[in-house]
Amino acid sequence: MPAKGTVSSSRAPASGFSVVLPSGLDLGGVPVLGACRVEVPGGRVTALLGPSGSGKSTLLRLVAGLLRMQGAVVAEDGAPLAGRIAWMAQQDLLVPWRDALGNVTLGAHLRGEKPDEARARALLDQVGLSAPDARKTPAQLSGGMRQRVALARTLMEDRPVVLMDEPFSAVDAPTRHRLQELAARLLAGRTVLLVTHDPLEALRLADRILVLTGSPAVPVEVPVPEGAPPRPARDAALLDAQAALLERLAEAA
Amino acid sequence: MRGIIAAAGLIALWQGFVWITQVPPFLLPSPWRVAEALLARWDSLLQNALVTGAEILLGLLLGTLLGCAAALTLAAWRGGRRWLLPLLLVSQAVPVFAIAPLLTLWFGFGMASKVAMATLIIFFPVATAFYDGLRRTEPGWLDLAATMDATPAAVLWRLRVPAALPALASGLRVAAAVAPIGAVVGEWVGASAGLGYMMLHANGRSQTDVMFAALLVLALMALALWFCMDRLLRRAIPWQPDQLTEPVR
Repeated sequence: MPAKGTVSSSRAPASGFSVVLPSGLDLGGVPVLGACRVEVPGGRVTALLGPSGSGKSTLLRLVAGLLRMQGAVVAEDGAPLAGRIAWMAQQDLLVPWRDALGNVTLGAHLRGEKPDEARARALLDQVGLSAPDARKTPAQLSGGMRQRVALARTLMEDRPVVLMDEPFSAVDAPTRHRLQELAARLLAGRTVLLVTHDPLEALRLADRILVLTGSPAVPVEVPVPEGAPPRPARDAALLDAQAALLERLAEAA
Repeated sequence: MRGIIAAAGLIALWQGFVWITQVPPFLLPSPWRVAEALLARWDSLLQNALVTGAEILLGLLLGTLLGCAAALTLAAWRGGRRWLLPLLLVSQAVPVFAIAPLLTLWFGFGMASKVAMATLIIFFPVATAFYDGLRRTEPGWLDLAATMDATPAAVLWRLRVPAALPALASGLRVAAAVAPIGAVVGEWVGASAGLGYMMLHANGRSQTDVMFAALLVLALMALALWFCMDRLLRRAIPWQPDQLTEPVR
């Protein structure tokens, strides 16, 4: 069931997937990831945490099909993952020649399909952009607003698997807080792989947290606090976990 | 306004120089004499300016079309790059002055050879600037398009081309500035009409004031062309960031 107040979608149940790297991953001869197997359960949010340069973006690009490697990404249902993925990057990647609405419908435009403008407007409304804002160009929007448009564009794709690469790291802390809440609500039910370097973000949003440790890095699972995401940021257990995670990341770096 | 003051100052300096040094008019005519020549010969100046203007505009159109086509081919066709890129460079490395007689021989003394020369001069800045823009699409946009299952054709036309438009605009501004060169050089080599022809003709008869008048008209045409192009491009590409200048009004 879609959560109350969200734009409905016609998608099939979200499949999980796993990334299998029996002999690790090299980029240009440099080992980036060690031999590992990353399970990403269906319909859940999995956070991948690690210091800069630990290979988390590489892993995400591998799943997105932007890096090709035979047999590395296996979906639970056996079908290929290509065509079932939506990708949200650290930069908003809005194109300056289309307005907010045009950016939300960019996928349809690039596939030569007729865009569902009503749905795009509804999604923009949901991420908090008014009707006049929807007609503004990216240059006329603030950084937080642009990231909201990027979130709407990601949701517009209506894919069961959503890959996010530090999606809110370029916005200020209060905006990030609001966007995290929004994303958690709107992405419910999808298989989400969230790459982040922010322990608080991972602890608030994820059902499962993996920390990339060592060199070449391998993912190690860490416990998450009780309760369903989005977890309140003032929760004592969560803040404790954040401190522990920070220390762990500092060691890993 | 400042442009007008600057021009007036220059003309005053020029008039003063001629006045003090008493240079013979066939070496350097006074602005007053140039103005007289401008008035006396305005009908033939206008006629020749129209010819040169048509050559420039046709050259601009053809050069832009060919330049864009070359840039798109280079961007879309990997195998063609090796063949086309040297050709592109050669088109600019050979001086127009050197091949002007050849073009006149091939296309005749009429307008076609001048249009060909203007096209040749305009082609290069347009092609290189546009190709450069097409090559430097924001990698994130390409990644995004890949996850959106866009076809290579859609990525080219709907992402790389619009993203390259500001670069193309730079090329077009350069093209607008150099376009008169091609036409005038062509007219020097062999023509029966045009401002370049008129200048050469006047030079032969030591009518330096007419030469200056023709030069003035050519300069005004070049300025008008550049400002029209600039204005057009600003309108067509409103998202292009421009922190330095206010739009020309």
